[in-house]
Amino acid sequence: MSDAWEVIFQINTLTAALRLATPIALAAMAGTLSERAGVINIGLEGKLLAGAFAAVYVTYVTGAPWLGVLAAMAAGMLVGLLLGLFAIRLRADHVVAGVGINILLLGLTTWLLQVVWGGRGTSPAVTSLPRWSIPVLRDIPVVGELLGSHSPLVYFTLLAAPALWLVLFRTPAGLRVRLIGEHPEAADTVGIAVNRTQYLTLMAAGALAALGGAQLSLGDLAWFSQNMSAGRGYMALAANVFGQWNPVGSLLAALLFALTDAVQMRIQTLPNPWPAELVQMLPYLLTILVLSGAVRRSRPPAALGRHYPPDHGAGAL
Amino acid sequence: MAVASPDLHPPIVELIGIRKRFGPVVANDGVDLAVLRGEIHCLLGENGAGKSTLMKILYGLYPPDGGEIRVRGQKVHIRSPRDAMALGIGMVHQHFMLVDRLTVAENLIAGQEPVRNGLLDLRRARQAIREMADRYGLRVDPDARVQDLSVGEQQRVEILKALMRNVDILILDEPTAVLTPQEVDELFRVMLQLKADGKTLIFITHKLRETMAFSDRVTVLRNGRHVGTWRTADTSPEQLAEMMVGRQVTLRVARPHRLPGDVLLELDRVSAIDDRGQPRLRDVTLSVRSGEILGIAGVEGNGQLELEEVIAGLRPISSGRIRINGQEPRQPGPRGRRALGLAHIPSDRLRRGLAAPLPVTRNGILGRHWQPPFARRGVLREPAIRSHVGQLLAEFQIRGRLDAPASTLSGGNQQKLVVARELAHGPRVILACQPTRGVDVGAIEHIHSRLLEMRAAGAAILLISADLDELLALSDRLVVMYEGTIVAEGPADRFTRKELGLWMAGQRPDRAGSLAQAAPDRHPAPPKEGAAHA
Ligand SMILES: Nc1ncnc2c1ncn2[C@@H]1O[C@H](COP(=O)(O)OP(=O)(O)O)[C@@H](O)[C@H]1O
Ligand SMILES: [Mg+2]
Repeated sequence: MSDAWEVIFQINTLTAALRLATPIALAAMAGTLSERAGVINIGLEGKLLAGAFAAVYVTYVTGAPWLGVLAAMAAGMLVGLLLGLFAIRLRADHVVAGVGINILLLGLTTWLLQVVWGGRGTSPAVTSLPRWSIPVLRDIPVVGELLGSHSPLVYFTLLAAPALWLVLFRTPAGLRVRLIGEHPEAADTVGIAVNRTQYLTLMAAGALAALGGAQLSLGDLAWFSQNMSAGRGYMALAANVFGQWNPVGSLLAALLFALTDAVQMRIQTLPNPWPAELVQMLPYLLTILVLSGAVRRSRPPAALGRHYPPDHGAGAL
Repeated sequence: MAVASPDLHPPIVELIGIRKRFGPVVANDGVDLAVLRGEIHCLLGENGAGKSTLMKILYGLYPPDGGEIRVRGQKVHIRSPRDAMALGIGMVHQHFMLVDRLTVAENLIAGQEPVRNGLLDLRRARQAIREMADRYGLRVDPDARVQDLSVGEQQRVEILKALMRNVDILILDEPTAVLTPQEVDELFRVMLQLKADGKTLIFITHKLRETMAFSDRVTVLRNGRHVGTWRTADTSPEQLAEMMVGRQVTLRVARPHRLPGDVLLELDRVSAIDDRGQPRLRDVTLSVRSGEILGIAGVEGNGQLELEEVIAGLRPISSGRIRINGQEPRQPGPRGRRALGLAHIPSDRLRRGLAAPLPVTRNGILGRHWQPPFARRGVLREPAIRSHVGQLLAEFQIRGRLDAPASTLSGGNQQKLVVARELAHGPRVILACQPTRGVDVGAIEHIHSRLLEMRAAGAAILLISADLDELLALSDRLVVMYEGTIVAEGPADRFTRKELGLWMAGQRPDRAGSLAQAAPDRHPAPPKEGAAHA
């Protein structure tokens, strides 16, 4: 038994968790950002796919993975804009719009995959993002093993969480975003451009989530495969709720989910009596458990999912 | 009609022929308004007269369908509140524009935040807030969360919000509606100080007393039209009332003396908690007799909503007993109470009184829709429903078609529909909560006389209202609620408005020989908590 523990809880498991957490954390922070501005963001899954595909395609064409990363961000902003168009301009139900975006992007990336590279279900391998190894950090025992050498996007994520926290809770822009998510009328009456701010926030969130996609395809691997996000967008959504609509909370929640995932993978490598499918369920099961506990405690932004300005006849302001 | 004689001051704001419609409703029908520099201008009109709409147009929240706006003699296009603020126009809204979860400072600086090194400069914000607050005696704690403030404090924050944007024209939309009499006095003091500072105030109300008390000029709106503008000194309350309503109104209701009968509604040491688990009702004991109206006074949020909910069966009680018509309900929830003869006019008609998207026919039978003659073997019977609801419409002079969604009725007609439905089956006990909130004078008169008819017929009526005038006009007895307990009770004619205001604010009027009784000691004052505000 103690051997098994050693296999499961070695430092590698943590390193793997960090790698696995990155796309979920980026998407979760994107969720935090857009939901703080009052827009429910079910479309994270679609943004991950868009980012993953755009990153590989542009890298395939140019041979430069950094251009791929930029392309992913651009694709994510576009998808964010699309969500804004549905949810703000056309006043669609936010959940329906988000689900629509997910279906649209799953279909679109699958189709493009076949059109561009033929029907194999994966793209050819492209140049992946480099692994950075941080000079002083890598030499510290344990910490070095954990943090010493990763895709640049992993480091970006670790820095992005506190940075985003600072933006949301300590800058004018963040205050405006939060005001809109809580009480758009109040924001409007103090002269804040509600819809414009929402569009900008959605685009920033789109870029962030798409970076998660780029990490999936160019950071972890070096190719795109059909539906490679595999539900991480939904886990990100859960991480955002569990993290109380706070970027740092989102990151921590994503790390927790990823750790379960890493442990699950280790368990599978061991001789064990359980069917693989049951073991693979662990992270998802945890998501459900955590959510059913967390949802009761947490309070979403008060105007989440509402349209502004409200429909005429929807009652006096 | 009459326009005030040319004054020394030029108009600072002129609205000319403003038009605005919402679907079929014409909210403003060519309204003219001229506000002079440095005056307190009262905009008077019934609920639904179009006052808020007109001011929201001036503040850039609604685009007008037609008309012209001039500020300081210049024609302007105000497309957003930002434009309005740039012109020095600020507005304190009828429903406060504050975010519960943010601090006072965050609410106050949003939109024009002081910045240092790219981050919010909260220290400078606090200082600016304190300076402005000191100047006008508007005490607030910049670091308190809005959710912990009393309504009066929240209003101070709203006023500060406008002042910190350096406005010199301030619109206040029904600012007194939610305040105790003492808080109203305080507000008037602030307003007079603002006027002394050279600011122009536009003050919306439908209360004549306030108009007469301290406005310089008054404009009356009725049905979206400008009726006239007068110097306040040249008018009288009677004249203004007639202008508001368009006919003579009785400002008093006749309430014949009556000896109350048996106790029909009884609460014995009832306590309840709110959705967040906080105690909101503590050991409330009261009883209402046949032929009696018991009024519940109190600043909103002091347990009235929870009281309504526990009596109606919408919230479980954590301890105590309720007896309706002499019996404890056997079934929890509203149905058991209705079976004992309870009628409930909910305080929020749109959330609880009506299924707004459903037609009038359905709304007219809600709560009895499953019973004969409206349903047989689980199927609705259209002819019986139509004839019953049709009768209700005629009896209560409700303007609306049987098949129209209830949401298309005006507020007054919606409320009359709720009242008609609830009174239709000869209830023994009536729980009437804010029965005339947001409705026009015609509907108010109608509803009041119906309640008095029910009283004459021997019903026991518990009247929860935020409108002191209504409570004083209708109630036989009054109790005052403060922080979930009853702090005073007595015959209604033994309370003065001033005393009521003090009780409502949690203070004890020390008037020797006051005949209104402090509630006896079995209702101990609740311990003060963090969120408690006197
Ligand atoms: N946003 C809105 N949508 C639809 N109807 C509205 C809206 N605002 C006001 N109204 C209607 O316009 C009329 C005037 O309303 P309002 O200006 O709020 O009156 P007041 O402030 O004088 O009570 C009412 O009949 C009201 O129902
Ligand atoms: Mg109004």
